[in-house]
Amino acid sequence: MSRTALRASTPLALAAIAALTLAGCTDKPDASSASTGAVGSGPITVNASDTACELSASTAQAGTVTFDISNAGTKVNEFYVYAAGDRIVSEVENITPGLKRQLKVEITEPGTFTTACKPGMVGDGIRSDFTVTGTAVKGSADQKVAKAITDYKAFVATESDKLLAGTQEFVTAVKAGDVAKAKSLYPTARLPWETIEPVAESFGDLDPKIDGREDVIEDGMKFTGYHRLEKDLWVTGLQADSNAIADQLLTDVKEIVTKSKTVEPTALTIANGAKALLDEVATGKITGEEERYSHTDLWDFRGNLQGSQSALETLRPVVTERNPALQKSLDARFGELNKLLESHRVNGSFVSYTKLTDADIKALTVSLDALGEEVSKVPAVVETK
Amino acid sequence: MTETPPAPQRSGNAPSPVSPATGSRGVSRRRLLGTTGTAAAVGLVAGAGATYAAGRASASDTSVDAGSSGSASTAPSLDAAIDFHGEHQAGIVTPAQDRLHFVALDVVTKDRSELEALLKTWTRAAERMAAGAEAAPGGLVGGGPFAAPEDTGEAYGLPASGLTITIGFGASLFDGRFGLAGRKPAALENLPAFVGDQLEANRSGGDLCIQACANDPQVAVHAVRNLVRLGFGVVSVRWSQLGFGRTSSTSTAQATPRNMFGFKDGTNNLKLEDPAGLAEHVWVAKTDDKASAAWMAGGSYLVARRIRMHIEIWDRTSLQEQEDIIGRDKKVGAPLGQAQEFDELDFAKKGPDGAPAIPEVAHVRLAHSSSLGGVQILRRGYNFTDGTDGVGHLDAGLFFLAFMRNPGKQFVPMQRALASKDGLNEYIEHNGSAVFACPPGTAPGQFWGQSLFTT
Repeated sequence: MSRTALRASTPLALAAIAALTLAGCTDKPDASSASTGAVGSGPITVNASDTACELSASTAQAGTVTFDISNAGTKVNEFYVYAAGDRIVSEVENITPGLKRQLKVEITEPGTFTTACKPGMVGDGIRSDFTVTGTAVKGSADQKVAKAITDYKAFVATESDKLLAGTQEFVTAVKAGDVAKAKSLYPTARLPWETIEPVAESFGDLDPKIDGREDVIEDGMKFTGYHRLEKDLWVTGLQADSNAIADQLLTDVKEIVTKSKTVEPTALTIANGAKALLDEVATGKITGEEERYSHTDLWDFRGNLQGSQSALETLRPVVTERNPALQKSLDARFGELNKLLESHRVNGSFVSYTKLTDADIKALTVSLDALGEEVSKVPAVVETK
Repeated sequence: MTETPPAPQRSGNAPSPVSPATGSRGVSRRRLLGTTGTAAAVGLVAGAGATYAAGRASASDTSVDAGSSGSASTAPSLDAAIDFHGEHQAGIVTPAQDRLHFVALDVVTKDRSELEALLKTWTRAAERMAAGAEAAPGGLVGGGPFAAPEDTGEAYGLPASGLTITIGFGASLFDGRFGLAGRKPAALENLPAFVGDQLEANRSGGDLCIQACANDPQVAVHAVRNLVRLGFGVVSVRWSQLGFGRTSSTSTAQATPRNMFGFKDGTNNLKLEDPAGLAEHVWVAKTDDKASAAWMAGGSYLVARRIRMHIEIWDRTSLQEQEDIIGRDKKVGAPLGQAQEFDELDFAKKGPDGAPAIPEVAHVRLAHSSSLGGVQILRRGYNFTDGTDGVGHLDAGLFFLAFMRNPGKQFVPMQRALASKDGLNEYIEHNGSAVFACPPGTAPGQFWGQSLFTT
């Protein structure tokens, strides 16, 4: 269980911040006009100096807006187009004295923007309002987002079914008093849970009941679920109430499986969920905290990593269209971490966390950090509204 | 804003002096810490914005070419921006700033192109941060609500604070992983073992280093943090050291600071105002090494040693013994037998008891160039305390940093002499060690180590 649950929905205030699709591009005049038919006004010249930022026009038609910036000053300059809240629509940096640079910005919705030159790179810059009128044709990403959502829902449904089947088998073994079998089933029964943890966690009390750790459950709450049975199986032996705990676990899992199938994700929640799963690994699994009795943490690591990769797989067409370099990095980093994690599997089974050396843990952490940085870039790429 | 054009590109990475004409400096966090209450915090935000233009103006209007003139220097403004580019990297002869964050990194990729791409990304981010800007354009909030901000934010609104960021390459970078084996300078070798060394692997070595110095610790830490973040997947942190107070002066404009033994340290250091001395002892010349290592021309070698000081024991030592061990007077820093800090050391002079005024094993005698065939180094170290040693003592000491033209000919003989005889050895323990080749400086558009990677 995580320290912070996934936010199930995006606050409206954030969703409304800027309604535009954008693609900034410099130095390649023909690279950014692929998805829009409308051509904006002609190029707008920007005369930048150390003290002034003069634009030849303060309005443009929606579409591809071109700025030709020349730096007549003595300082390195930058040119920005901002939406509300200082969100950068596009920018060009490192305009050295005497240099001319071109910035093409794709704006499909009307609105008021802010332009800024930033001599010396510091501060708010020399700003003025910039108005865009009309509407341009949007790209095809919307259909790709819809497909991603459908695919992710199907993934959640499949994993939920696996969770239920695995839990059923595990609970049966516990109730039969077959400790050896229950122990062998424990890590794999939980695996689907770890792949969809951000979804499951969005259902308030069910998460701690199913997956709460003894040290993090809230005051007044009973220690139940998977980790209670883990403690029974590995440390204290089955208790008088173990059967009741097992029954309750199955009931709770059934409920969460039903609810998980009703979740309506968005591209943003899918992407944030993928990131949250890696955060889980970083704070709970790679530290050996989650499975403190069974030390089966690498199984949970496997589940979280698989869940993150599967979530982003549904978004692949969207990310590939908007930021192909990012998709390439994601593939490379997922590949590296998967390979490293799998190197700790012996005869099909992950080794105990206690077998890992400090060097093993550092290598996993280094690879996870590398992946996490890339995954953290996905939400802003898939959510442009 | 009214500003005049800045001075031409300087090679000495000298900061601007405080300008009596403008008289305005940004508000440094360090100074604010001395004030109290929420008014200070409000003042920080308002002040940083309001003084932006004036602060920049003073940073560029009144610069002096302190790198080549021998004229009297003015104390540098604590808030000014230091030129990132130049013939040499900034952070070597730049007047030593008050604070340090140093990090050694290992390269984790096997792909040379990834490493080269990171050096380009780093150079750009470092150039921006040295100017007082975010690590990336719009790094604070410009990515919008759904993006993880590109800049971590803790230095936003703070002045440039004299930030310099200096990169170095360790010997292990040239082990063949990146096709650089043939480019390794002969002068870049790990140090030999010295008597008394207690080196720890997790405080030693590294493929790369980044030295960030600033007059505000938050600015230095911000720089390292953001560069480390940009490096995930390509490099990983091997060890890291904070320094809270400089222990050397690298300019005649600076007062000599004190180390954790309470003594003035580095009085006889090489200084920015002595270009001939720097050329002789600090900057690598093109013909110093084999032709394939000519990429180091204009660079310098950095020796880093973490020296734990047993300060509790030292503090129980009598003044006379302390002074005899160091070879200087504690109050003004004068050589024993002399009156003023900068008086010449007279090793022949006898004290009233007939023994040498500066004892035979005094630190200043052993470390002096006259005892070492004329060898000098540019010291740029920092005091540290890193919590406790777990048995009731502070883990304090000197993070020794020194730049030189050839460690084997300069640091090694010096340390050999000190390790075998220095009376200080009873109170210190070297537990970390590393050597890095710091490449020459960059011109705008160039990247760190370009001469190594592309020529």
